[in-house]
Parts: sequence; C-alpha cells; structure tokens
Amino acid sequence: MTTTKEPLRYSKTNIEAPLKYVNTPEYMFPPIMTCAGCSYGLIYRLFFKAAGPKVVITTLPGCGGTGRLTADGKPIDQVRTAFGNAASVPVGVSMALAAQGDTETVVAPIVGDGAVFDIGMGAFSAAAERNDNMLVVGKDNEGYQNTGGQRSSASPWMTTSATTPSGAPKLQFKKDVDAIFAAHGIPYLATATVGFPDDYMMKVKKAMKIKGFRMIHVLSLCPTGWGFPSEMTLELSRMAVETRVFPLFEVENGIKYTINHPSKGLPLSRYVEPQRRFRELGPEDMATFESYVQTRWKRLCYLARA
Amino acid sequence: MIKVISGNEAAAYGVLLVQPAVMTAYPITPASRISEQISEFAAAGLLKGKFVNVESEMSSLGIVTGASNAGMRVFTATASQGLAWMHEGLHWASGSRLPVVLVDANRPLGAPDNLVCGWIDTLSQRDTTWMQLYCESNQEVIDTVLQGYRLAEAMYLPLMICMDGVYLSYIAETVDIPEQALVDKYLPPYDPSGRALLGQQVLFRHRPKGPPGPGATGGGPPMGMGSWTGNRYDLHKLALGCIDMAEKVDAEFKAIFGRSYPIVEEYGCEDADTVLVTAGSAVGTSRDVIDGLKSKGLKVGLVKIKMFRPFPVEKVRKALSNRKKVLVIERDISSGQCGIFFQELKWALYRGDGAKTPQMFGFVGALGGEDITPDLIEKAITYTIGNEPPKQEAIWLGLRQEEKDDYDKRTVKVF
Repeated sequence: MTTTKEPLRYSKTNIEAPLKYVNTPEYMFPPIMTCAGCSYGLIYRLFFKAAGPKVVITTLPGCGGTGRLTADGKPIDQVRTAFGNAASVPVGVSMALAAQGDTETVVAPIVGDGAVFDIGMGAFSAAAERNDNMLVVGKDNEGYQNTGGQRSSASPWMTTSATTPSGAPKLQFKKDVDAIFAAHGIPYLATATVGFPDDYMMKVKKAMKIKGFRMIHVLSLCPTGWGFPSEMTLELSRMAVETRVFPLFEVENGIKYTINHPSKGLPLSRYVEPQRRFRELGPEDMATFESYVQTRWKRLCYLARA
Repeated sequence: MIKVISGNEAAAYGVLLVQPAVMTAYPITPASRISEQISEFAAAGLLKGKFVNVESEMSSLGIVTGASNAGMRVFTATASQGLAWMHEGLHWASGSRLPVVLVDANRPLGAPDNLVCGWIDTLSQRDTTWMQLYCESNQEVIDTVLQGYRLAEAMYLPLMICMDGVYLSYIAETVDIPEQALVDKYLPPYDPSGRALLGQQVLFRHRPKGPPGPGATGGGPPMGMGSWTGNRYDLHKLALGCIDMAEKVDAEFKAIFGRSYPIVEEYGCEDADTVLVTAGSAVGTSRDVIDGLKSKGLKVGLVKIKMFRPFPVEKVRKALSNRKKVLVIERDISSGQCGIFFQELKWALYRGDGAKTPQMFGFVGALGGEDITPDLIEKAITYTIGNEPPKQEAIWLGLRQEEKDDYDKRTVKVF
C-alpha cells in the first residue's frame, strides 16, 4: 500500500459509503461562467452539497464559477473582498455574526492561490495565528489564471506560464503552503481534489463542525492555463494524487497528520505529459522532479507515521 | 465628567460611548494610544464589542469592513503610513456604502521618516469618498466621534476624523466626557437594512421587510444595478448630501450637549477685509492672534474649515467671496502645485462669472510637525495685508532663509 515500512496513520475517508454525500440537495445553479473542464464549478457545488446552506461565503474577483447560489429560494449570502483583505474581511463577517448571536453560520472565504499563497498570505497567516473562526477553501489552480495565466508561487517547478514563457520556465518549486499553515497549529488543514469528491465532501463536513481557523486546500485544475484537453479534468485530478504530486492528507492541530488515500506512486508522466505547461520538462528534469516528489512523499509518510 | 486626557484617549472615550461591535487598530505613532486605551476598556469589560489585535492596517480596515458589511457598528484608527496602506480598502468601504468610522492622527509619510504632524496622509485620501472632519481640540475629537457615527450611519458613508498628530493626539487637555444616557438619546442603534435601499448587498437577514427593492440582492457578486458610472453618480449625490446632514447632526448635538461645531466656522469675520483660513489645532492659536490684531484695529477674521470632504462650497463662498484678501495656512503641499486646502478654496471661490474674487495667499509650513506659533500666524497675516499675491502658488512659512538659500543653490539644473 505504501512505500515505507513504518505503519502509517492512514484512514480512507470513503470506505463506508462511497458517494454517500453526493445525493444531497443542490445549492448551486447555472449560469456558471467558467471554461469547459474547469474545477471551479465542482469545487463550489460539492462544497455546498457537503456544507449546506448555513454559510456566508466571501469571494474575490476571479474566474467566476459560483453560479447562482440559493437555498429554498433565498440567496446564500456572499460578501465580496479585495485580494489583500481576502482573509480579514471574513474575520469581520465572522465577528459580526458572533455579535448577532449566530454561532451556527460558518464564514467561508473561497479564494484562489493568489490570495492564499501570495498577496493575501500575511493576512491569512495572521488569521491562522489568532485562530479566527472561518473555513478557508483555497482553490489552487497553480497560477493567476483569471488574469491570463501568469506564474504564482503555487506554480510547479519548470512550468511555463504567461510570465514564465517557453525558454524561461519557473525555476522554483511550488510553495509548501500546507506546511506553512500546519506550522501555525491550526485546528484543521486538509488537501483535496475534485477527482475524489467523497473525500473532499467528507473534509468539508468535518471542517464545518470544527471551530477556529480551518483550511481546505483544493487542487483546481485549469484546462486553459495548464493546457490539457477539458475532458481530462477528473482523470488528471486523480493522477495528481496517484503520482503523489498532490497527496490527500489532513493535519489536525498542526501535529496529527493522516494520509487519506494510498497514492499508488504511478509514473509522473501520467500527470505531466497531457499538460502543455510542462513542455520545458526534459527527460533529465523528469528524474529530478520524480526524486523531488518521492522525497516529499517520504516526508509526508514520516509525518503521518502512527 | 471632566477629565484631562490626550486626543488619542478622547477618541477612545468616544468609542466607549458608542460601543462598536468590532474594533481594530494596528499600533502606529502617534495614534497607538487609541488601540491601547480601547484594549484596556475591553479588558475591563466596559466595551462589549471585540477588539482585534491585527497584523497590518490592510487587515485592520478589512476586518471592520467585513463586520460593517455583516451589519455591525465598527471602529478603527490609524495614522500616516497606516492610512496609506489602507488606501485600497478605503475605496472598497465607500463603494460598498459602509459607515466605517476611522480616527487618524495626522502625520506625514516617509521618506524621510517623520513622526509628528502633517496633513498629507488624510489629504492624500481625499478622492476615496470618505467624509473628512478636522478637529481643533480634544473636546472636539470626542464630540466628533459621536457626531461622526450619527452622520456616517445616517448617510451610509465612511468617515475619517482627523486630529493633528502629537499636538492633539499626545497633548492632554480638559475634556468634558458626555453622559452615556445623553449619547444613547443622540445616537440611535445602527440599522444595516438601509444599505439595501441604496442598491447594496446586505446579509439576507438584514433585508428590509416587504418587497425587495432594486438591487437588494443578497447573494451573488455585488456588482449592483446599472453602470459603474451610474454607481458613482449615485455615490457623488450621496456624498453631497452629507453637507446638509452634517449641519443637522450638529444642530441635534447642540440641542442635547450644548456644544456646536459648524462645518465652516466664521470667527470675528463681521467687518473683516482679510480672512485667515486654517484647520486643525492651529485654529485655536489663530483665534488668539485674530483677537490680538483686532484689538489693534486691524480688520481681520478667521474661518475654520472642519469639513473637508465633501467640500462645503456654498458655506465657503458665503464666508469668503466678499473679502479683499484671503490667506490659507496649512500643513501640507501637493508638490509642484500648492497647498491642498488652497486649491480647494480657489476652486470654490472662482466660477468665471465675472464676480469679484478675493486676492489669495497660500501659506505652506509646519509640514513635519513644527509648531504653528502666534508669531508665524501674525507674520503671514501682515505679509498678506502689505503685499500683492506672489506669482508662485506656495508661500513658505517658517522655513529658515539660510536653509532655503542652501536648497536653491543645490537645485539640479536639468537643461
């Protein structure tokens, strides 16, 4: 099951009832204004199916994808923010709800890697440090895709983008935002992809019940920015996990790591080759990338040892 | 209750009286004491709301914007660089018609560092559609906090209370702290539902009863109705409406507390040919200087500008258009042009309709916290009376001649 001989803290999240949560009410309706094959719509849709309607989301200017959010004919509340205060506005909303005696409604900033990794990171770090009460959904599409697909600190090594064009790909590895937020000792941190919907929804449900600063880091596949055929979104979101590029795990209180899916360790090419953004990655680079991914997997296994 | 307190503490006592639900501040000289005093009130259980220790001014404003958006009364304070870092959020707050109240202890922006007093921080934010009220004394600071909430929450627009850094924010004066019962009579609880009638998004629970008005959406991206230009037309109208509302809330304040702060105050102007215009703590000094000069038989007067945004044009015209000479003393400059109050006054007085306008003298000085002394004020008035307006728009006040000569010599010749 795993490459390490040590026993792992491993818990598969969908053993009992696969797709148990999918047959729940819908809160998101068209129009959804994303490119074909974008994960955004699924991230929102599955989030609400798991979380239910007692949520105030805060959003940013971006690719859209929220659709029309309603519950029993009532709109679901949404507050718009700017990038630099993507973390602080929800703190205020959350405090206002508490002041109104509403302890039930959860405030959820649903924002991108720009806000979580880069321009808004200071404020997210501060909110995590204060353990402010909110559930962050970080939709990580590994670049500033809405502005035309530029490099972010979430972009993987050796990828091309609008600002790291052919001949000058990104030379830095992806910022390890999970380690950073886990190091804050927040009550709950998890990774997810839409390729494992029941795992993602279980994590949303679990996070909804916890108080304090919670973050779900969802890989959001971007056919336009990454350059892959739009019908491959689910396939690649599974491959991201199975090749161990983006393993599924959760961290409780910054200490307790649990791996949620026994990534098979499939060849990296299964994930990389369909994506045009990796076109600068030569055979030698592939070996480097492979060793980077395996080292990080070993580290994760070490952290999740029982 | 009479207390001897600084301007920062006066602001905090004002906050104590209005009981916001969420308060934030990132410590910054010379406004830090506001955040300390508020935390002390909160720790003692006197303030029921939450004070958040933030990591930056961007978040400071972000948190109160979020809380205001979700329907609660909020407060924040800052100065100088902090206000500059809030800039983006300032537009966001006014664009969302959020009655955020902010106290700024006026201080210039680096480089080079300066920790004392200058108005360029708030004046640099004049186009953010925040109301700006400048205070003369610590009593005026606490009273303006009360009036400010009444005004901001009536108009659903954010408001900045500006007090001179150090001169007011640090220096203690006697302040009559208003009684809570009277404040409760003066300031009704905040009603967030009115924002929906302005086409703004409110939480569903705050939607006004009855059929939803246009734009009272809740949910969905808050782009509002109609065009962006139309949105700004609406905002402009709302901002202009603040002038009348400011007079109304001051009249109500006077009826309850006995004190009044006109948005444009004429002092000893009855027969004045030459009128000095200024704002902030220099007004108090100027009152004494004007009294002294009047007793010597000079026909001089003083106009204090309390409200800078929206600019009370008609009030200013009424006070100044029939004078022979008008001089402005201000702690700011838009380099390459002139003082910012001076620009606004010239614009207000000139309409190109052939009417006679006063000669205008724009004095700029004490930009980095130097004192505006009675001597300097008298010098400016004497210069104005005895001279024609100079060609250059800024007349430098209090700058030592040797230092000025030195700079003139060093000026780089480009061509």
